[in-house]
Amino acid sequence: MALSSVLQSESADFSFNIDRSFSFGCGFGQTDLGFGAAPGDRLNFAIKASLGPDDKDGPERKIEFLHGTTTLAFKFQHGVIVAVDSRATAGAYIASQTVKKVIEINPYLLGTMAGGAADCSFWERLLARQCRVYELRNKERISVAAASKLLANMVYQYKGMGLSMGTMVCGWDKRGPGLYYVDSEGNRVCGDLFAVGSGSMYAYGVVDSGLRQDLSVEEACELGRRAIYQATYRDAYSGGQVNLYHVHSEGWTRVSQEDVLKLHHQYQEPKK
Amino acid sequence: MAMSYDRAITVFSPDGHLFQVEYAQEAVKKGSTAVGVRGKNVVVLGVEKKTVAKLQDDRTVRKICALDDNVFMAFAGLTADARIVVNRARVECQSHRLTVEDPVTVEYITRFISSIKQRYTQSNGRRPFGISSLIVGFDFDGTPHLYQTDPSGTYHAWKANAIGRSAKTVREFLEKNYKEEHMESDTDTIKLAIRALLEVVQSGGKNIELAIMKRDESMKILVQEEIEEYVTAIVKEKEEAEKQKKKT
Repeated sequence: MALSSVLQSESADFSFNIDRSFSFGCGFGQTDLGFGAAPGDRLNFAIKASLGPDDKDGPERKIEFLHGTTTLAFKFQHGVIVAVDSRATAGAYIASQTVKKVIEINPYLLGTMAGGAADCSFWERLLARQCRVYELRNKERISVAAASKLLANMVYQYKGMGLSMGTMVCGWDKRGPGLYYVDSEGNRVCGDLFAVGSGSMYAYGVVDSGLRQDLSVEEACELGRRAIYQATYRDAYSGGQVNLYHVHSEGWTRVSQEDVLKLHHQYQEPKK
Repeated sequence: MAMSYDRAITVFSPDGHLFQVEYAQEAVKKGSTAVGVRGKNVVVLGVEKKTVAKLQDDRTVRKICALDDNVFMAFAGLTADARIVVNRARVECQSHRLTVEDPVTVEYITRFISSIKQRYTQSNGRRPFGISSLIVGFDFDGTPHLYQTDPSGTYHAWKANAIGRSAKTVREFLEKNYKEEHMESDTDTIKLAIRALLEVVQSGGKNIELAIMKRDESMKILVQEEIEEYVTAIVKEKEEAEKQKKKT
């Protein structure tokens, strides 16, 4: 997780060259659904210049984006289950066991965090602003497809400039449960099941073997919880707590937050 | 160049009027009549077709334009201005589909067109658009809508309305003859639009162009024979009504 990089003195080097100018060039004209936006409507946050002329490796050398995480989301008949771990690592050092990797965009949309924490939380908060404006202008909630499209279009303008973000946009709209994977490369795919991060393979194994469309809410929650637990068991970079959310027709609910060690006892005890 | 167009044309008068906009509305009143009726399952737009010169190809004079599969519009006023507005609206319909992955709602595209019109009443070196438009269609959830925009950039929803020459007469006719129950039937809705147009059009069905859209279907422009059928039915109904009146 990028949070950890702050603790590493090497990658906490955010001192850019003095003569590099902060050029503000991001316009929302392309992605903005409000026609005839006034100049004040634009948010300019682009830092266009690179991280220094002598920096040949590019952003990777200065800011380490650690993808040590496990986040997963899947659709089932009663909505979407979102389950994430909460560990942030800096190399072999566990920086934090209590990171919130689910971002609450608005009462019916959730976004997960993988990659750069700042990138994820910043852009998803920006997405929340756009979603709210859409809601006010059009007198109806934004669809998950549109919200994920807005996010994908926003970050696509910064493609190649070092953003690192792999997020899943989850919600419930008039078409039913919605789940999209959006990343800073410009990918945007709709799907029924996604797992992102270093522990994703272990999580996939568990979810793939247990996922059925006709799961009850409790069964689906347990499946998500188990998948994250198994990922934290084998992946060194995932751990901490399992945060579980359920997105249904009325919005999202925070189902549980359980420590992985407690889950370990719960699952391993019966075997003895 | 932008420098020489730095003076606004549409400015307020001492008593609070925007004269350019009002003059634009006068231009609209000179345009040929257009009528719109919103039924329960069908929306209808009818326009008065100006008689074309003998050598002119009839099919190029189209005053009813489809904006997307679920929305279409008619206008009254300057045809050239309308062409620009229609083009922008068509592009916006597709842009909306691209960014939001949903077809536009009638209200959205009406708001868009109105915003363009309003912008031109507040820009340097530009005059307002000289058109009023009637925009009809169905939303994604199946609700029919009819909106009217005018050169000032305002828009309102209507059950039935008319714009252009003699709009007032037609609107009064509609107010007298619009019945909620009749809107359940497609035929009655279409007949109301034709009857309203017949009030002001010169020589009957020949000078009427009609387009309808039923829910989940695309716009259909009625051919001359179909219009004649409706006109004959209407004339017959009128004669029946006259006979009844004479009896009583």
